[in-house]
Amino acid sequence: MRWVYVRLILAALTIFTTTNIIFFLIRLMPGNIVDYEINYYVGEMGWTSEEAYEFLSAAYGLTLDKPFHEQYLSFMANIFTGELGRSLRYGQMPVINIVATAIPWTVFTVSISLFASFLLGIVCGIFTAYRHGSKSDKALTVSSIVVDAIPNYVIAYFLLILLASEWDIFPMALAYDVTRVKPGFNLSFVLDVLWHATLPVISYTVSQFAGWALMMRSTTVSVLGEDYVFAAEARGLKGSKIMWKYVGRNAMLPMFTLLAIRIGHIFGGSTLIENVFSYPGMGKYIADSISTRDYPIMQGLFFIIAVSVTLSNLLGDLLYARLDPRVRLK
Amino acid sequence: MSQASLQRLKNALHEIYAFMTMTKSSIVGVIIVVGYIFIAFVGPYVVPIRLVGTFEPNLPPSLDHLAGTDHLGRDLFGFIVHGAMQVIVLATMTSLITTFLAVTIGTAAGIVGGKANAFLTFCTDVMLTIPGFPLTIVLATMIRGSPNMLLLASVLAIIGWPAQARSIRSQVLSVKNRDFVEASRSVGLGTAYIIFFDILPSLAPYIVISTMRAMINAIYSLVGLSILGALPYDETSWGIIINRAINQGHALLVPAARTALIVPLVAIVILQISVILLSSSFEIMFNPRLRDKTLRSKKKREGQTE
Repeated sequence: MRWVYVRLILAALTIFTTTNIIFFLIRLMPGNIVDYEINYYVGEMGWTSEEAYEFLSAAYGLTLDKPFHEQYLSFMANIFTGELGRSLRYGQMPVINIVATAIPWTVFTVSISLFASFLLGIVCGIFTAYRHGSKSDKALTVSSIVVDAIPNYVIAYFLLILLASEWDIFPMALAYDVTRVKPGFNLSFVLDVLWHATLPVISYTVSQFAGWALMMRSTTVSVLGEDYVFAAEARGLKGSKIMWKYVGRNAMLPMFTLLAIRIGHIFGGSTLIENVFSYPGMGKYIADSISTRDYPIMQGLFFIIAVSVTLSNLLGDLLYARLDPRVRLK
Repeated sequence: MSQASLQRLKNALHEIYAFMTMTKSSIVGVIIVVGYIFIAFVGPYVVPIRLVGTFEPNLPPSLDHLAGTDHLGRDLFGFIVHGAMQVIVLATMTSLITTFLAVTIGTAAGIVGGKANAFLTFCTDVMLTIPGFPLTIVLATMIRGSPNMLLLASVLAIIGWPAQARSIRSQVLSVKNRDFVEASRSVGLGTAYIIFFDILPSLAPYIVISTMRAMINAIYSLVGLSILGALPYDETSWGIIINRAINQGHALLVPAARTALIVPLVAIVILQISVILLSSSFEIMFNPRLRDKTLRSKKKREGQTE
């Protein structure tokens, strides 16, 4: 039981260290939101840069001019009371509200594709491992290796060009069509959301599926050589029973740790995929907040992702210990 | 050149030839990678690049314009050729830095053990917690002015090393107590000797393959960063070509402007596939069981008998 406490303390320490690194890195970035917006006022509105600077500093509540250590202390104090601060750019909107609008979209698309690719990968991996060396194994394995190497955003662009731009089957961007449906629990909204999510989900699924399939194939191949599989065959057990109860289960074991880690990354999404589809999830907000130097949003989003990744790693370790008795005995 | 070194050279060439022709995919991989390297280093001297458009805009690929033209009527082939060097040099540098960091930290953690191991493992875990790609964007904003290749490669390497270091550490832990290491230790050889002559050589295949993997990840991040416009502006960077095609050429709305989007995407896909084919050929070569099987089936194909 002692190692559970050690893991818990380590997880807390990891979150603390990560939060610090994020805070300092963000402060080291050149420029700030005033620099970003000032160009607009000087260029488009014809203000002098002093006027614009004064206006913007007043508008943003001068939080940027606070001494560094004060910023740090108030940030840390706020984080531990669950207060993530307010956005500089989106009219002082609390960061937690922005997270609340972004996170459902990301979790929705990434989790569907994570589980779809995991299940497809397991089935495909077992299938190819059982037909080790055959033509279908070679074809599937080579194409998995190839797909695994292609960046997910490249797959996304090709899907967008073919299915949205050329054939106009799926929409180009956004999570739902504001002009056609009203958010809420009605059928047209749900269908519209699914319709918009199709291409992002396919992109994630295709790009992750190959990795799972290759991993499952190699673990299955090694499990197939184990004595207990021979013993099961010698006992005359049914082929399908051996496949799922003896081979599949043991081959999946190492994959669950990775699955747990990936579950933690559900909340981060992929900045590049969300950028391709202009999908309003966490990845998109992170990229936007970095380019506009919206410190509170950046900090908040990084913090939420870091916490969820740490917690799911913890969960993965605990889960693995439950699934694999050898770890528990240590 | 002496007779012996000539023979050695011949053997080495024979080995390389045998590696290249081992499987169909290794032939393809080697040819494409060599082709890219050639394009990257010789191409810029042969293919001109014109930053001002002098041709008809949005032409599809043809014999005059191998990769078509963009929305400003500029020949895209020149851009792709000139951008190839950046991708290849940066990906190579990044993968080497990543591997160096990962091997150093992973081996140190595995060998020293105790508190140092706990500390290095903790650092690795912390790095793995921070979302990788957004972290790269933040770090990339700190690169100002002319793009310094080494600096950029280091930034890209920062997100790559932790996962690799973790797996190298576990490999070191499993090799550490094998018989041949025990043998070296029992005759009184030092830790440095054991690391460089026992442990690292036995991990070499694994390190080579993970270097290739690091290269693929580096290309992913590098192009991704420039698609987002997060890197100092570089006219010929593949990601910038994609960014321009979408934002200025409206490639998703104007079908004719699609060429400028598809061409760099295809260039990335082919490069990534060739690197992965090369890496899987290395895997076969280093794994004696796989290699013997592959060579045997190749001999069978060619109708030879031993």
